[in-house]
Amino acid sequence: MITTKVATETQLTEEELRKALQLERIWQEPRGFVGWFKAVHHTTIGMRYVVTAFIFFLLAGLLAGAMRLQLAFPEAHFLSNDKYNQFFTMHGSTMMFLFAVPMMFEALSVYLVPLMVGTRNIAFPRLNAYSYYLYVFGGIMFYVAFLCNTGADRGWFAYVPLSGPDYGVGKRADFWAQLITFTEVSALAVAVEIIVTVFRLRAPGMSLNRIPIFVWGQVIVAFMVIFALPGVVLSSTMLLLDRTCGTQFFNPSVGGDVLLYQHLFWWFGHPEVYLIFIPGTAVVSTIVTTFSRRHIFGYLVLVLSLVSTGFIAFGLWVHHMFATGIPQIAESYFTGASMMIAIPTGVQIFCWIATMATGKVVLRTPMWWAIGFFFVFVMGGLTGMFLASVPTDLQVHDTYFVVAHFHYVLIGGAVFPLFGAIFYWFPKVTGRMLSEPLGQLSFWLFFIGFNVTFFPMHLVGLRGMPRRVYTYEPGMGWTLLNQIESSGYILLFLSVSILLWNVYRSLRRGRIAGPNPWHAGTLEWATTSPPPHYNFLHLPTVNGREALWDAAPNQPVVVGLSEDSRQILTTRSLDAEPDGREELPSPSIWPFLAALATTAAFIGSIFTPWGITIGSVPVAITMIGWFWPKKQAADRRRAREIWQND
Amino acid sequence: MMILAVPGFPGNQTSLNPVGPGASHIEFEFSLIFWITCAVYCIVLLGLVIAVARRRHSLETIPEPLATNEPTERLTRRSVTAAVAVTVVLLFIMLIGSFQTGRALGDMNQEDALPIEIYGHQWWWEVRYPNNEAYKIVETANEIHVPVGVPIRFSGTSRDVIHSFWAPNVSGKRDLLPGYKAEFVWQVDQPGRWRGQCAEYCGLQHAHMSFEIVAETKEQFAEWLSNQAKSSVQPSTPQATRGQQVFMTHACVLCHSIRGTSAGSRNGPDLTHLASRATIAAGTLPNTVGNLGGWILNAQSIKPGCRMPPNQLSGSELQDLLAYLETLK
Repeated sequence: MITTKVATETQLTEEELRKALQLERIWQEPRGFVGWFKAVHHTTIGMRYVVTAFIFFLLAGLLAGAMRLQLAFPEAHFLSNDKYNQFFTMHGSTMMFLFAVPMMFEALSVYLVPLMVGTRNIAFPRLNAYSYYLYVFGGIMFYVAFLCNTGADRGWFAYVPLSGPDYGVGKRADFWAQLITFTEVSALAVAVEIIVTVFRLRAPGMSLNRIPIFVWGQVIVAFMVIFALPGVVLSSTMLLLDRTCGTQFFNPSVGGDVLLYQHLFWWFGHPEVYLIFIPGTAVVSTIVTTFSRRHIFGYLVLVLSLVSTGFIAFGLWVHHMFATGIPQIAESYFTGASMMIAIPTGVQIFCWIATMATGKVVLRTPMWWAIGFFFVFVMGGLTGMFLASVPTDLQVHDTYFVVAHFHYVLIGGAVFPLFGAIFYWFPKVTGRMLSEPLGQLSFWLFFIGFNVTFFPMHLVGLRGMPRRVYTYEPGMGWTLLNQIESSGYILLFLSVSILLWNVYRSLRRGRIAGPNPWHAGTLEWATTSPPPHYNFLHLPTVNGREALWDAAPNQPVVVGLSEDSRQILTTRSLDAEPDGREELPSPSIWPFLAALATTAAFIGSIFTPWGITIGSVPVAITMIGWFWPKKQAADRRRAREIWQND
Repeated sequence: MMILAVPGFPGNQTSLNPVGPGASHIEFEFSLIFWITCAVYCIVLLGLVIAVARRRHSLETIPEPLATNEPTERLTRRSVTAAVAVTVVLLFIMLIGSFQTGRALGDMNQEDALPIEIYGHQWWWEVRYPNNEAYKIVETANEIHVPVGVPIRFSGTSRDVIHSFWAPNVSGKRDLLPGYKAEFVWQVDQPGRWRGQCAEYCGLQHAHMSFEIVAETKEQFAEWLSNQAKSSVQPSTPQATRGQQVFMTHACVLCHSIRGTSAGSRNGPDLTHLASRATIAAGTLPNTVGNLGGWILNAQSIKPGCRMPPNQLSGSELQDLLAYLETLK
């Protein structure tokens, strides 16, 4: 039996059909209304992540539209200053915490990584469900507060003392701080799942040097999440303590320190940018490989540059704080580090261009998005040079130049690859192709609309327009540029609308995709589209970096796993040699209940410090229910362990 | 080296129209980075376009696992290595340029500089010209007069939240953080009014928190300073006298000070020489009688969220008050 056969032929033998039915019976998701909350399969949860994060993307995009309308005219009164401050804070916080990281890291990795490493489900599937519910509850809380005129209004960074108890009245900053708690717990959980999935559940033969670049990107991001998030855990918790318990961490009049907050925040905040665009570059590597019809050029160098990006990302947070008056020796160090990050990024870009130059380029919609990524992202990277150098940073920091820069980096580095990813993996996820002409149309509208919206921001920033202003005076020379920017929004709006229409239409009438419409090389294409709940009928083995391209004519498959329980194969971290069998947990309502209890505790702590103390009781009860041992599963484990020890 | 000029911008709030050594040094580094990054952008994307815009291929070709063309691979490897090497060299050029600029900015520290103190408030700037003789201390707001060609040693902090002091034609920005004292040297070489604006988000009226640096000759500056050091003029007309009474008996006196009277509160801007300033409300409005009247009656309709409360004054009270304030040259 060979894996490529599964990919290309739909005819199953009688034996295979029996196996498929049995696997479906074991791995199927529970049905019905309550069943919806019990689901634990990574494709189910991954799809929910994608849809939820996209809804938050649309919401934040609509907020941006309102801001562009307000800024289209000087001294306009479409939004009051209070509303505008809420809008830009909600826009930034939503894009960063509820769209970019959940979409680029959590959604993409939860859906794709287990498929790409060739296993049946993600490690810790119940934790995965729990993390999704926490994320969505946090997002709902944030928007309910916004609708009650308690929307966060201190910026996505919430600097003290503006967000502290003295100047941030009401509960707005508290909701912001707890949103951080929700999303960080969720992201940390997914990081653990991804690391374990990648290091323990890879298909036999997928040694470290054969892991797809996409998976490398996601696992590096997972490690970065684990090191970066504690910074913002600390800062947002200390902020909440200052606000609700009367601690004085950030109160300068009694020895607190406002700069401490900034250091903690940017320790997380700068790597955050890389959390968002490393998955984007991982997507670009995947698309470029498939549509250049060759193995990626410089695999080892690409992986090493991803790793070094992950390291250097932690050494340059201070470039967000140059204007605070850092000693000159520290400034030099952080300038050097900020410029150094251009080297691994440059290496990646050169490798992709080399792949295309030596490959056989096929221009389909995903590839167009990847090419758009180059035009936009490279510009964003180069304008970053002005921010890395202390003297020039002092002139452009906190102006619209920076707004332009990070939209080029983040939309270029995340949204362009994301839309490419949507076109690339839609056939796998739904079994149908998206429309190619509509895809091209939305690409060109987005590409032009993006540049019309954001390029003039460089100029208006250099003409002195600061960020986060709800209006500006006529006669500053900013009006025309702002109006051009606002008109670009219309094109972006059209483009995303056409994309949504394309998805809606293709879900019903799209061309049937088949298992591998792009003739791609990674393992997710070695199963039916959409994948069954057991992912692969025959668990694959791997013979090269692009599993399907490099498969031997008689590539073996994994046999010997029990088909009566949710059994998976574990392999060793480095060489992916099989070393055991493990049973994954079955669907359960407890993760959902635990997420509800956790949500109650988090929201309660906005109003009283006792929220966590009292709230931990229901959390503990639901956790006990979650981990309550079942006799059958325990017996099976014992049997398995005896067998493994032999 | 100034052949490296970027297309400049006109205007009194842009870093690309420098009027002082600080902004000029920075503009040099800006131009250096600008031209390097422009060239890199064009070359990289040209490479991309050439790589893509060759003959079309089909998805049907499944790549052979190891059948790469070795001479081509070798050439590609060399090209990528060369590109990375060039990147490193260019980065070092920009890095050294950056250090040189930073050093030039640091070298501006001069002992005989004119000291000026800046305090950020929500949402206006308190300006102080310190002097060893207390009666010569000058306090004003939102309008910073400086002599041309003389280094100015600013020292500042914030009275509430973080603000950032920035006049791009003169130099780069500097945050004013509560609990920290910022010290920096600026210099203006060209007479004129150079606008600046708060560059760190500071709440509801962050958008309306500007100031002006008024650069004038040493003689003009000395004259201005000696006038500002004087106490306020005593009202000379009956209307102005009544206006002073209005000031002293209404909410005004709770926040503002007028030197030479009993009004001495420091919550709001010092009004001793209000009529000599060009704008009110941190650059929000030109300082005319009409604007001032509207501002006094209902500042919240002009600058919502600002600390100035609405004042219920009768028509004659307002006229008297304005007449008095107009005398505070």
